[in-house]
Amino acid sequence: MNTIAEQVAPIAAASEVKVETPFRRFCTAFLDSKVATTALIVLGILIFMALFAPLISPTNPYDLAVVSILDSKMPPGTKSLDGVTFLLGTDGAGRDLVSAMIYGLRISLGVGVMSGIFAMAIGATVGLIAAYFGGRTENIIMRIVDIQLSFPAILVALILLAILGKGVDKITIALIIVQWAYYARTVRGSALVERNKEYIEAATCLAIGHRRILFRHLLPNCLPPLIVVGTIQTAHAISLEATLSFLGVGLPVSEPSLGLLISNGFDYMLSGKYWISFFPGIALLITIVSINLVGDQLRDVLNPRLDR
Amino acid sequence: MTVFIIRRLMQSVLVVFVMSFLVFGGVNLVGDPVEMMVSDEADQEERERVIRSMGLDKPWYVQYGLFVANAAQGDLGKSFVYGEQALGIIVQRMPATFELALAALLMAIVIGIPLGVYSGLNSESRFSKVIMAGSILGFSLPTFWVGLMFIMVFAVMLGWLPSTGRGETVELLGINVSFLTTNGLSHLILPAVNLALFKISLVIRLARAGTREIVHMDFIKFARAKGLSTQRVIMVHLMKNIMIPVVTVLGLEFGGLIAFSVVTETVFAWPGMGKLIIDSIQGLDRPVIVAYLMIIVLVFVVINLVVDVLYSILDPRVRIQDVKG
Amino acid sequence: MNDSQPTLSVQNLETHFFTKEGVAKAVNGVSFDIAKGEIMGLVGESGSGKSVTGFSIIGLVDPPGEVVGGKVLFNGEDLVQAGEERMRQLRGNRVAMIFQDPMMTLNPVLRVDTQMIETVLAHDKSVSKDEARQRSRDALGQVGIPSPDERLKAYPHQFSGGMRQRVAIAIALLNKPDVIIADEPTTALDVTIQGQILYEAQKLCRETGTALIWITHDLAVVAGLADRISVMYAGRVVEQGKLDDVLDHPVHPYTVGLLGSVPGHNTRGQRLFQIPGMTPSLLKLPPGCAFQERCPRVDGACEADPGITHPVDGRNVRCFHPHLEEAAQ
Repeated sequence: MNTIAEQVAPIAAASEVKVETPFRRFCTAFLDSKVATTALIVLGILIFMALFAPLISPTNPYDLAVVSILDSKMPPGTKSLDGVTFLLGTDGAGRDLVSAMIYGLRISLGVGVMSGIFAMAIGATVGLIAAYFGGRTENIIMRIVDIQLSFPAILVALILLAILGKGVDKITIALIIVQWAYYARTVRGSALVERNKEYIEAATCLAIGHRRILFRHLLPNCLPPLIVVGTIQTAHAISLEATLSFLGVGLPVSEPSLGLLISNGFDYMLSGKYWISFFPGIALLITIVSINLVGDQLRDVLNPRLDR
Repeated sequence: MTVFIIRRLMQSVLVVFVMSFLVFGGVNLVGDPVEMMVSDEADQEERERVIRSMGLDKPWYVQYGLFVANAAQGDLGKSFVYGEQALGIIVQRMPATFELALAALLMAIVIGIPLGVYSGLNSESRFSKVIMAGSILGFSLPTFWVGLMFIMVFAVMLGWLPSTGRGETVELLGINVSFLTTNGLSHLILPAVNLALFKISLVIRLARAGTREIVHMDFIKFARAKGLSTQRVIMVHLMKNIMIPVVTVLGLEFGGLIAFSVVTETVFAWPGMGKLIIDSIQGLDRPVIVAYLMIIVLVFVVINLVVDVLYSILDPRVRIQDVKG
Repeated sequence: MNDSQPTLSVQNLETHFFTKEGVAKAVNGVSFDIAKGEIMGLVGESGSGKSVTGFSIIGLVDPPGEVVGGKVLFNGEDLVQAGEERMRQLRGNRVAMIFQDPMMTLNPVLRVDTQMIETVLAHDKSVSKDEARQRSRDALGQVGIPSPDERLKAYPHQFSGGMRQRVAIAIALLNKPDVIIADEPTTALDVTIQGQILYEAQKLCRETGTALIWITHDLAVVAGLADRISVMYAGRVVEQGKLDDVLDHPVHPYTVGLLGSVPGHNTRGQRLFQIPGMTPSLLKLPPGCAFQERCPRVDGACEADPGITHPVDGRNVRCFHPHLEEAAQ
């Protein structure tokens, strides 16, 4: 026993170092860019704020006892009748804009990330199946993907929502349907390359089941491009949700995302009450820019060969 | 070349058919069109009559056949709201949207390509870094919010440019256009810039990436070794190569411009197809939605076709392959 | 211009690459002369600076590289000091270059005639397009491309590798240059094609009096082609002389090693000779002779720069301990 342990120990130690090195190298490379590091920190703060919105936000924008229509359209810095300072003013319904934005961020990020995760899961599975099985399966899947991708996402989402109606669940579904094809194409692209490598051939020769080959062997090797596309797609999804909500086909008025807040402020803008649209827009911009910057750096560091 | 175009045409027809089927299915089978046509108080007999008149009692393939047959004659139903042929309403609105999209496309090319090539050639210069930062911003800014800010700054605060409508139009070849009158042009600027912003960023990136790749190719160095002027090396040898991806993507993105004009038209109250579809979705004007979709499908198919042909003209390698294949 | 003046005289040329890791002295004091109609082989392993020497002559070293010293006298005019516009006038006109990979040297999206005609017009605006086309056609014929009229209208991808290299050579010949720098033009080609191109090149130089610098790592190529040979190692010319002299009686230990590692007729069954060690990093060259770490004859003296010596008549050698005993045989 002893001897075996002695023999194994150094191997284990060596493999431990090996496992950690790529990740550490990845971190060092990522943090090499100051811009990307800042973006990552900002993104962290935003996610934190979204997660703990009820604890952070000064008021609860949905609490009708707190929100008073008398406070509506107050410019930034005004004090309410109760003596609360509205740092960024109030919106048309008299909600504190800071609080509304934090809650709006929660919805925007939530919809973006949830739709991204589901779309990635579906798209990756379909893409893997297409690449692994090839032949007619691949042809049919990729034809569908191509046709869908030849239409702009916003148009497809618009039509879907016209059929489905408004709601957080519905816009999430629409965004999943819009996005899965991007993931499918990405995963298929890299899986096609991986499929022809020896280790997959070896796995096939060992008569390992299809599912195990797909998810345990093929998928991990397709992850880098998937992560990059996932980051950038999430930014797209957030932007798309805001746009659809602005167009009045996304979220109901009762659940205002950042996009809907901007849309609500649109009516007051021409009379000079800029802040209702301006500040949520800035918040949206910061969110999307930081995700995009993180995505750009991931692309540089992971360096996958992406289509286009 | 002819073989190539014929094959692409056949593919396109197939796509139109598939899409017509999906549109028909999506809009006519999901949800109940009868609910839309009949008032709540109507009795069963009234409902039956409407169902028969709309052909809804027939099996779906017959319904689809009717839909296609009517569509082929340009009949996609009458708008519930306007009481006119849906197709006619859309065709009326088309020039406004195309004018906007073309103006944006032009800006993307005229502004994006020089900036992108410059940035690719001088990637370490400060101006190039400014360009890249701008393009990241252009990618991230939500179109509708930028539009709002444009209105706030240029229309409300500075009062330089009008914020809504098309302004004065004149007829050109039987189509009303804005860009030929000063007033119309002033109305066109803000929406066009707004719509173009994303594409400018895209073109900058494509042109920059292309330039950085091509500029290190041997044939560029060889062109310089031949004693060509820098201008000719860049304008002919470099540009012709980077134009291949730029034209392909831009061509495909022209469809994106038309789609995204939905947003810009809503913000600037530009009377095009995009504004119409939003109004129709909100007013549940089903025939107009269907007609819009069919037109959009056609537009996209045509765009894809044109891009493919353009691509083969630009890149001799593709052309030859296809003739052989 | 008198006859004794060399067409091209490279004197103490230094080209450095200013990289993040430090200064790489890719060309570190290279000198050679080349006369009208002469063919010189510039031989060395990859990374020895032979290609950079070629690009330095023609003024096409890309940043972070830079020519930092020496002279390139072309008919007496120093090209290192010449302005960009003057260099443009000379490039492709008086001094032409042919690149290594024929698949990459022609622009894939331009027709061959475009790429040829522009070369003529760039240097002589008075030539009409038809005349330029005529000259292009003649040049294609000259390098042995059949039915040049048709081929002018073709795109590069419609040519095979060997044909493309012929087109590149034709382009180099268009303006009847005084010097052609050929940077491994046959390395990427099949041996049979290689032979044809070598033959054509040699014939053309003899006919037109063009001086030719043939850069290669392949001694066999140079053996059948050049009049003189310069062997480069780590940015320096270590041995230079008449082709047959150098090949038959190399005196620099590096040349000796290089020739020794070429498989010959009588090496079958024997272990091939290898030069031990590796090329030193250009960032950290040892002081003195760059070959000292791999040299069997090294001693303390080698830590100083040997400079150019003439141990044998008509031979330039950078070495304290040349193989004179063999040369004397």
